[in-house]
Amino acid sequence: MWNALKTMWTIFLHMFHRPVTVQYPDEKPYIPPRWRGRIILSRDPDGEERCVACYLCAAACPVDCIALQATEDEHGRRYPEFFRINFSRCIFCGYCEEACPTDAIQLTSDFEMGEYDRKNLVYEKEDLLIDGPGKYPDYNFYRVAGLAITGEGGKNKGEAENEAPPVDLHHLLP
Amino acid sequence: MEITFYLSGAIAIAATLMVITGLSAVHALLYLIVSLLAVAIVFFVLGAPFAAALEVIIYAGAIMVLFVFVMMMLNLGKAAAAKERDWLNPGMWVGPAILAALLLAELLYIFAQDGGTSPTVVVDAKAVGISLFGPYLLGVELASLLLLAGLVGACHLGWHEEREGDGAGLARRSGQGGVVADGPSRENG
Amino acid sequence: MSELAHTWTNVVVILIFVFSFAALLSWIERRLLGVWQDRYGPNRVGPFGVLQSVADAIKLLAKEDWIPPFADKALFVLAPAVIAITTLLAFAVVPVAPGIGVVDLNIGLLFFLAMSSLGVYSIVLGGWASNNKYSLLGGFRAAAQMLSYEVFMGLSLMGVVMLAGSFNLRDIVTAQEGLWFCIPQILGLITFTVAGIAEARRLPFDLPEAENELVAGFHTEYSSMKFGLFFIGEYVGIIVISAMMVTLFFGGWLGPLLPPLMWFLLKTSIIIGFFILLRASLPRPRYDQLMAYGWKVMLPLTLFNLLITGAIVLAWGL
Repeated sequence: MWNALKTMWTIFLHMFHRPVTVQYPDEKPYIPPRWRGRIILSRDPDGEERCVACYLCAAACPVDCIALQATEDEHGRRYPEFFRINFSRCIFCGYCEEACPTDAIQLTSDFEMGEYDRKNLVYEKEDLLIDGPGKYPDYNFYRVAGLAITGEGGKNKGEAENEAPPVDLHHLLP
Repeated sequence: MEITFYLSGAIAIAATLMVITGLSAVHALLYLIVSLLAVAIVFFVLGAPFAAALEVIIYAGAIMVLFVFVMMMLNLGKAAAAKERDWLNPGMWVGPAILAALLLAELLYIFAQDGGTSPTVVVDAKAVGISLFGPYLLGVELASLLLLAGLVGACHLGWHEEREGDGAGLARRSGQGGVVADGPSRENG
Repeated sequence: MSELAHTWTNVVVILIFVFSFAALLSWIERRLLGVWQDRYGPNRVGPFGVLQSVADAIKLLAKEDWIPPFADKALFVLAPAVIAITTLLAFAVVPVAPGIGVVDLNIGLLFFLAMSSLGVYSIVLGGWASNNKYSLLGGFRAAAQMLSYEVFMGLSLMGVVMLAGSFNLRDIVTAQEGLWFCIPQILGLITFTVAGIAEARRLPFDLPEAENELVAGFHTEYSSMKFGLFFIGEYVGIIVISAMMVTLFFGGWLGPLLPPLMWFLLKTSIIIGFFILLRASLPRPRYDQLMAYGWKVMLPLTLFNLLITGAIVLAWGL
């Protein structure tokens, strides 16, 4: 009985406390930069798609919400023919971002994705691709990877950043 | 006031008929409750508001709830309704019906004798109490003894099964159900 | 004629007031719970969210009014009506202020007890007619709980009746001119409060509903306005219990300076606030604890109170 009265008094005193509620639509809450929200596909600093369609994100996804098809352009760059994320399945775990070798797939701090029609939650590549480099402004996968690409802005092996020229196996000196 | 009296009397009789002929136990109980409420109004019209209130509180409000409680526990289905229908053959009800008709005739005769108008004197709580603890003291004591015996019996039943361990909660609950039955009636006594 | 007109105005005004206050109470309760739990509660519809209950009502009316095919249809429809009717009828005997009140019954107190005991049927039959396990369990709990608590609810008021010497609620109020009965009848007040909460099926004694054990207890299968009637019935029940506590223990409309009606409303609102505070702070007891508490603690306490009051009244001939 005494305990109950004490509880009631304590609760009553909470009348004089400030509400902890954040009045959400009027008052935007602070979202940390590393928040795992809507997934995007980013681009290189020179405007090319970062995604090389390696399927690692699709393999890492625990709910299998990512679907893509790899293809290659005339310069030998791999890219996804389509890239589809079903956000009604996505659990925003961020494993795809961790798995991505080229930092193409990234989670952003946007979470306001409400839709009236469930079909609208399936995002295609056009919906996912953004124009900028996302969280890694200077990173350019093809500039650091030892892969030769032909065509405009192309490079040969050994021309990437911090890359030594390829070893000539036919030469006798090390 | 006369109209209310006859109307509620008619309701009471009709509801009681429905109790007897009804096939579903819960529906029959509901008609019984309606009948009790109608009788309470009859009491009220006759100038016994205290008795009317007690009728509602104790009979309609407490004892009938227990009946409904038990009926709900039994969970009677269609089979029970069929059995009820079997029981309702003329051989079963002709005997009681004749006896009841005789009583009805007797009642009508009495009404015909002194005009059927009863003097309306308001019997309030005080008058009820004085008559209970005055001329009817022995009856009250006997009733209270009976209820005490019931109470002790219910307590004993509840206690006994509790000691056996398994299903203690259920046993205790049914034991308390027994106490529930006696609680309001004690108030009445 | 003017007397008749006066009565009818009384009836209509009180009915409308009680109904709208009951509807408003659902908003007040949620706001108050919010205040006590360091949050806001509904504050979007209209100024401060006052129109929340209107929005709720529109939503309830727009819902599909569904009767389960396995239910006992007649009883299923009857049950919510019973609770609304009995609680509203119980309010009829409440003396709001001199000259304001629906009826002035000689046995007003007993009428209130009778109506509150008939209210059980609504819950029990609603639970049974739904033909659903959880509803039936809720119905069982309601039957046992309300029956047990009714016993000492009536008994706890007998001390007041002894002191006032009448079952008439207006006489009881006027008998409190010198001293409110909450002081000489403190035990009666405590036991009546506990019984009242149990009768209104409010938290901490909302075992028939117990949404985290029984889905929604007796009204699991109810939707639309039938559910709304249960809802209204519960809130009118709170108002009735609070009004009765004010009438019986806190001097009804009596009080200095302010007009009687204001005093009555003020006291009733405070008690309703107290009921909501109880909901905000106390957990629900286990079922056997509830029964043991009623029969082993509260019933002896009321009998003790009755004995003491009777002895004092007899000795001093009050």
